[in-house]
Amino acid sequence: MSKMHITTTINGEPTEFLCDPSQSLLDVLRDNLGLTGSKEGCGSGDCGACSITLDDRLVCSCLVLAPEAEGKKIETVEGLAQGEHLHPLQKKFVEFAALQCGICTPGFLVASKALLAKNPNPTETEVRFGLAGNLCRCTGYDKIIRAVMEVAAEMRGAAR
Amino acid sequence: MNDVRYSAPSTLDEASKAMLAANGTGWILAGGTDLLVQMRSGMRKPGVIVDIKKIDEMMTVQDLGGGSYRIGAAVSGAVLGEHKALKKAWPGVIEAINLIGSKQVQGRASAGGNLCNASPAADSGPALVAAGAILAIHGPNGRREIPVEKLHSGPGRTTLAPGEILVSFTLPARPKGSSDAYLRLIPRTEMDIAVVGVGVNLTISGGKCTAARVGLGAVAPTVLLVEDAGKALVGSSLDDAAIEKAAAACRAACKPINDKRGTIEYRTKIAGVLLKRSTAIAIERAKGN
Repeated sequence: MSKMHITTTINGEPTEFLCDPSQSLLDVLRDNLGLTGSKEGCGSGDCGACSITLDDRLVCSCLVLAPEAEGKKIETVEGLAQGEHLHPLQKKFVEFAALQCGICTPGFLVASKALLAKNPNPTETEVRFGLAGNLCRCTGYDKIIRAVMEVAAEMRGAAR
Repeated sequence: MNDVRYSAPSTLDEASKAMLAANGTGWILAGGTDLLVQMRSGMRKPGVIVDIKKIDEMMTVQDLGGGSYRIGAAVSGAVLGEHKALKKAWPGVIEAINLIGSKQVQGRASAGGNLCNASPAADSGPALVAAGAILAIHGPNGRREIPVEKLHSGPGRTTLAPGEILVSFTLPARPKGSSDAYLRLIPRTEMDIAVVGVGVNLTISGGKCTAARVGLGAVAPTVLLVEDAGKALVGSSLDDAAIEKAAAACRAACKPINDKRGTIEYRTKIAGVLLKRSTAIAIERAKGN
């Protein structure tokens, strides 16, 4: 069985990897490339813990075949912080204690970033629907929703 | 690791040949939101995966004028939902497609994949049947077109022959005073499978209904075109009596199963309720057009 050679861009870095044709992109990110921020929760697209963006589109990386990454632009949770500087969403999640066990957190951060990129001024309902593809079994969601609403308000303020 | 091959051809002829050569072990990959789950669970064991997203026609939305659109079968729900003119022209079709899964699933899942996965409860089915969508199918013997309600032959089964690929679906032009709506009932508010789904597409002219089509999902082995429901509406002023007659036609068309989501009796009753509610929405929208 021959491996496939894939050329892609991950968090701005040109990246190459070898993969099996039926390997998921999530498995390649974690096992081949050591990017273990994306988590496997369900492996069936229900929990959102493996959320990434593929050409700026929010997807579950467990439902993407690794060869599909050829020529694409991938962003993972590892791309949020700039060096030692956390992304505003990461800071606010810490400040608001919007996480407990942390398994869902990378997915929520990536999904929240994608949501705010499309809709900088969401209502609470829009945030709740926008993050409905991310499951959290610890927080009861309220702290996550409040953190995202707060970041949206701060980012709008900074943009003025 | 099993010996799966992945190919991403750039033409339909190549894709069709690859499927034919796979001799029944080929699976089309569009958004993959069903296929990858089925592979992981062992339900599907493809020998060849044919990714059709490098084929332009599969990924294109074309405005044909007069409210008619040809939509590539592999265009994701997210892209369709962001297409303002399409959403305005066919709100019922787009709301049905956008109900499939989460934002993450919408980023990948396509209406063509939803149709070809052939679940009787697929949300795109009733809305596209109501719309009168025409499917373009490419195969070893060239092109053919079929109405969407002829695609399914049973749960998980389609009438596509070996090597045939669903390329696009065309939504027809509609006169002024037309609109559509889709409603489904699920036990929660988001991310679930329809207990019943109803699509209604109608035209109003001079206070009378001049055309109507009703699609019904999750109440039979395949999505249904309920012709009697359409007939009950056409010629009426869309008064309560006509709408009740259409609801009765929907209840009569139901051949549902009992399962954890709903009983036969419940599904049958809800089919009538959703017909009334989605008709009311379609009427409001049509008045604005």
